[in-house]
Formats: sequence, C-alpha cells, structure tokens
Amino acid sequence: MTSLYDELGGAVAIDAAVDIFYRKVMADELLAPFFDDVDMERQAAKQKAFLTMVTGGPAHYTGRDMRRAHAHLVAEGIGDAHFDAVVGHLAGTLKELGVTDDKIARVGALAESVRNDVLNRDPAV
Amino acid sequence: MTGRIRRGNLDLVLEPGETALEGLLRGGAAVPSSCRAGACQACMLRAVSGDPGPLAQQGLAPALREQGWFLSCMSRPTGELVIEEGPPPAIGASIAAVTEIGPAIVRVRLEPDEDLSYRPGQYVQLIQGDQVRAYSLASSPAEGRALELHVRVHRQGRMSRWLAAAEPGTRVGLRGPAGACFYTEGRPEQPLLLVGTGTGLAPLRGIVHDARRRGHTGPIALIHGARDAAGFYLVDELKGMVDGPGNFRYVRCAMSGEPSEELEIGDLTQVTLRLFPSLKGWRVFLCGSPDRVNALKKQCFLRGAGLKDISADAFLTAEMPPPVRARARGA
Ligand code: HEM
Repeated sequence: MTSLYDELGGAVAIDAAVDIFYRKVMADELLAPFFDDVDMERQAAKQKAFLTMVTGGPAHYTGRDMRRAHAHLVAEGIGDAHFDAVVGHLAGTLKELGVTDDKIARVGALAESVRNDVLNRDPAV
Repeated sequence: MTGRIRRGNLDLVLEPGETALEGLLRGGAAVPSSCRAGACQACMLRAVSGDPGPLAQQGLAPALREQGWFLSCMSRPTGELVIEEGPPPAIGASIAAVTEIGPAIVRVRLEPDEDLSYRPGQYVQLIQGDQVRAYSLASSPAEGRALELHVRVHRQGRMSRWLAAAEPGTRVGLRGPAGACFYTEGRPEQPLLLVGTGTGLAPLRGIVHDARRRGHTGPIALIHGARDAAGFYLVDELKGMVDGPGNFRYVRCAMSGEPSEELEIGDLTQVTLRLFPSLKGWRVFLCGSPDRVNALKKQCFLRGAGLKDISADAFLTAEMPPPVRARARGA
C-alpha cells in the first residue's frame, strides 16, 4: 500500500500542510504555549517531521524517540487533552487539503498508535 | 556510497537524503543558515578535500568555486568531504563618500576592489581593525559597482562613529553578501508587504526598487516604523514613488506623536495588522530590531502569510548589548 505521504504528493504537500497545521496550533490556547518558539523555522521543521511521520513518510522515529522528544512536555503537563487537540488539528489540516475521510482516519490511527509513547506512559495503562 | 563529513573535531556519516548543513547542525556545529535553498549563501563553507556535489556550487563566483567554497544547504556529498573551520574571505574596499541623510543617519558609499554579486536587501560584514559589523546594502548591482550603506550613528557606536568621520579613500574590509531577505522572481502579481524599523528601511527600499526593476506588477506596501516623527528619513523619495507608476503605498508609523493623514501613531505590529488584516497569499519582508521583527513575523503568519513567504532580517543596534544568538548589527 502506498503511504498517504506519497499520495499527498510527498515533501511539497507536507510543506503546505506545515503552514496550515502550525497556524492552527498557534491559534489554540491550549497548545500555543508549547509551540511558541522565537525560531519559527526550527519549530516548523519539527512539525514537518511530525507530519511526515504520521502520514507514513520517510521519518525514522522509534517509540523511544517519541518518548524522549516529549518527555519535557509531559513534565510541563501535557496529557490526553493536548494529544486529542493535536490530532484534531491534524485532521482539520488534512481536510483543508482535500484529503478524504477514510485516509484521515488512517492517519488518525497512526497517530493513536504512539499516544502512550508521546505521553510517556506505560502501554499497559 | 553514503556521504561523510569532517570539520574540526566533527566526523559524521550523513543520513540518506541529508544535506551537509543538516548533518553539521545535527552534529552540533554552529553553521549560520537562512534560506536553505541555495540562495542566500549564509551557509557557505569551504571544502578542503572531497566533492560537495554538483548543486552545491551553482551560482557561486568562479573564484570561490575554485577555492572549494560551496553552499552546505545544497550539498549532498557521496564520499568523504573535509570542511574548513573559520569565516569566509574578505575583499578590500575604499570609502568614497559619507553623507548625512537623516537625523544621526549617514549614507556610506563604498568602492569595492572587485564586483560584489549580491541582491538588494542582503547585507555585508564591514571589517575595520578588529571591529566587524553587519550593514544592509541599500544599493543595487544594477546601479554599478559602488555599494551604499545606511548607518545609524550611535553615541557609543565605535564603528558607526568611525564611519561617520571617515575621510574618502579610507580602506575597509568586506565579507558577504549574506541574508535571504530579497525579492525573488516568479510571482509578479503577488502583493508585497515590507515593514521595517529605523535603518531597516535601507534593505526594504532596495527590495522595492529591485521588485519594480524585475517587472513586479502586484501592489507593494512599505511601512516604516520609528520612535517619533523625527526618526523618518528618505521621506520625499518614498512619497515621490507613491505618485509614480505602479501600485505603491507608503506608511509611516511612530510610537508617539500627533496622528495625521500622513502619520500613523501606535505600536508597529498593531498598526500593520489594522491596515493589513489578511495576508493570505502575500509575500512579507521584515527588517529591524529582533523584538519587532519576531512579533511581526508571528502575527503575519497567523494572519495568513506562508512561513516560506516571510523573509525576516532581525538586527541589533550597537546600543543594545548583544544577546547570545543574535548578530551584532549596525543597520
Ligand atoms: C500524534 C502524536 C505525536 C507525534 C507523532 C509527534 C511527533 C513529533 C516529532 C516527530 C517531533 C520532532 C522530534 C525531533 O525531531 O526533535 C515532535 C516534536 C514536538 N512535539 Fe510532538 N508529536 C505528537 C504529539 C504531540 C503533542 C500532543 C504535543 C503537545 C504539546 C506535542 C508537542 C511537540 C513539541 C512542542 C515538539 C518540539 C519539541 C522541541 O522544541 O524540541 N507533540 N513531535
């Protein structure tokens, strides 16, 4: 099965998605404090990695990487509400780009599979 | 074969698709970069041995290519690449004239010993003794070899006071150009918004002229911010451009004073957003102090401008103590 990443059009489409997604996150009071970086390019690069990963593109992160990348955020209090909000903006972004609902569901499932890693929880919980 | 880069103590194998710049940054090297698309040359480095790859030297002067200079953001070496540590070379220049053009602002004309290939809006490093300062270029290569800088003369500014008093013929060193804040062709109808504070006007004015010279047809709006009404310069020239051909709008914004038809009063970011509430599809250029530029960048992005469509050049004036990550900057 080809990845949604390729179906969307690879890196170029992800660049367009980064803008839309980043803007949504910055406009969300729950999430904005975590993403408010003076170096917007650096932050956008991280979000590009995020979007590449959840659309099944060439990003090589392990569950361990996800735990490490978000550990300091968990310490600052992110939880399920933040996770759901991120996934919601992800779905909204893809919808704006004209992605069909079944494909959005596929991305949602991929994101869901790393919830415990991102929130640094024991998978059994 | 996968690429491998070495620079000083750093020795690392590149990941598939990774550029030399990305590898260096991953390895913790402090390499400046800006556009990451082979345009701004901020990430230029010199290869001591090895091949940086064909795209990495595109657009560089033959002399630089011969010496091994390459753009690390465009370099995908397939073998071992050994990279020199240290800054790029400087060229010599003579000061041709120094003229006062505004309150505590002088225009410095320089005659470089060789042609400098640059885009209006980029900046150069000016070297005098052990002092180095970056100044935006207010000139255009289309007007000839001479370079023009706008320099704010600070009471405590060693370089700016020295420049203001320099006799014609005085020698200085130049390094550059650098910076990704310049007009790019391809979308002549795209509306342009340029916002700058103080001598940030110099690069913005250069960009406006460059855009027009390259056949830009879309509307162009320039907002110049200053503390008070006395801080504006080149007012007559810019007003004259409004009456000229094309769709050009010029706004002055002061933090305090009496508002008039000609003058907006208030916070520069607020005024900009009030005048331009939606920036979807716009190209935005921002030049000035870091706090202003960062605030504007974020707000322009939230109002719809794409991140890649925002070019920002933040600089410090000599009066402020330089924070760790920002460049010391004269104009
Ligand atoms: C679907 C779940 C998520 C995935 C797959 C994901 C993935 C990623 C990836 C790949 C990175 C880049 C790591 C790096 O290369 O440094 C990252 C960084 C980041 N993530 Fe997530 N993420 C998820 C959920 C969240 C949530 C819920 C938040 C809540 C605030 C969040 C906030 C951040 C922040 C702030 C960074 C940047 C950290 C930094 O500045 O170094 N992420 N994420």
